[in-house]
Amino acid sequence: MVDLLLQKFSEVSFLSGMPSALLFVLAATLIALPLFMFVAVNALVAVYAERKISAFMQDRLGPMGQGVGLHAGKWGLLQTVADAIKLLIKEDIIPALADRKLFILAPFILFVGAFIVFVGIPFNQHILVADFNIGVFYIIAMSSIGVIGIIMAGYSSNNKWSLYGAMRSAAQIISYEIPLALSLITVIMLVGSLKMQDIIIAQHGLIWGILPNWFIFNNPFTFIAFFIFFISGVAEVNRTPFDLPEAESELVAGFHTEYSGMRWAFFFLAEYANMFIVAAMTSIIFLGGWQSPIPGFLNGPGWGLFWFFSKAGFLIFVMMWFRWTFPRLRTDQLMQMCWKYFLPFSLINLLGVGLWDLWLN
Amino acid sequence: MYTNFGTVFIFVIIGIILVAFPLLLQRILAPSRKTPDKLTTYECGEDAVGGAWIQFNIRFYVVALIFIIFDVEVILLFPWAVVYKELGLFAFVEMMIFLAILSVGLIYIWRKGDLDWVKYSVPYGRGRYKKLKIVPKQVPAVVAEIGDRGSTIVDVTTS
Repeated sequence: MVDLLLQKFSEVSFLSGMPSALLFVLAATLIALPLFMFVAVNALVAVYAERKISAFMQDRLGPMGQGVGLHAGKWGLLQTVADAIKLLIKEDIIPALADRKLFILAPFILFVGAFIVFVGIPFNQHILVADFNIGVFYIIAMSSIGVIGIIMAGYSSNNKWSLYGAMRSAAQIISYEIPLALSLITVIMLVGSLKMQDIIIAQHGLIWGILPNWFIFNNPFTFIAFFIFFISGVAEVNRTPFDLPEAESELVAGFHTEYSGMRWAFFFLAEYANMFIVAAMTSIIFLGGWQSPIPGFLNGPGWGLFWFFSKAGFLIFVMMWFRWTFPRLRTDQLMQMCWKYFLPFSLINLLGVGLWDLWLN
Repeated sequence: MYTNFGTVFIFVIIGIILVAFPLLLQRILAPSRKTPDKLTTYECGEDAVGGAWIQFNIRFYVVALIFIIFDVEVILLFPWAVVYKELGLFAFVEMMIFLAILSVGLIYIWRKGDLDWVKYSVPYGRGRYKKLKIVPKQVPAVVAEIGDRGSTIVDVTTS
């Protein structure tokens, strides 16, 4: 994307005289701003969707416009916008006993850590900010920066709930990273490349006669890997049933108990950005990304965007569905599931995919 | 000329600016009427008892140690997975030997009970503790109705 924009710049007469370094910064900025808007809008839409979906699952109406003035818009469409404005004009409180520097720094690290992951995510055939040759590895590495922000927030608050939440969160995130990465490796073995676009292009065509050649259908082992990857991803973003770090009924709000106003809003934004990243990664790696379910049918760049967002949106819906279906796990069950079930299974998966590949070739 | 990581660097800077800007806006728009009560540490409405420097479960440390071992393994697997198709059987055998050695470690910590969140100091029902069993506590009927789920450890060889 940056190279494409630089090419466009060279055609414009009044820009061609500028130093190339400045043009590069300009191009990257012009891409970064819409991407930031996308992250913000994604959170607004996802919060509204979550409220409505949870309401319908519990046989309620959720946010609705109230009476004559329709305070929150029709069907409560402006509810999240109102929330954002409320957070902006809320008093900013830093507890007297908190470690001020770390307390202020934590939301920056958490949000920027989530934001730079979007650099490596391909939205369709052309919209990809930077096509790294280590694409998948970059995303796995950058998405684990957030845990530093979480520990920082929990430690600097000088609050017992925050510290408990942060430690639980860190233990959970680092534990589930292992099955996540191991199930990712099964796919990389079959593709032989870490580039995101290569992984998507490798899923072109049909398999078993009727099914699209997505890695979820490729062989029995990647089918299992899909589930391990997605469930570990849900655990990585601390969503129910893995929301022990923020368990409202025991830890108030976990690591962000002491945060309020805009600082809290950035934790929230990062959480929904991470949710989107997990859904996007699952759909890119196992569900064909921007590829159409029927090969060669509706395959243009516009449709690519449509297929990508439908797949990611469906997975986000599944995450919200989880929330109203499963009760919260206990800490020992959580760790047991990761180390005693997911880890051995993903190691066996690795063996299985290796044998499958040798057998076919 | 410019690498992809240059883009990431600019994204980091823009990210920081875009987080700082709303915080600045809040400072202008939001009221600031601090009272000592507002600035206290939150502890469910009560006055906070002690600081947050509390004793912590050693489990978290063990999890971090196990994580480091397996994370290094995962990093090693990434380049291996990329060239797997080209190297074929050789790569497969090599990596399986490595994974087998690591699995021995996994089995060892599993048997030692380090993967259990609650580690019993006495491994009930195993080895020389085979005869020890966890039996439900004998409680009066009334208490049992309320739902006392307590249990006690009884040496079945003596009783």
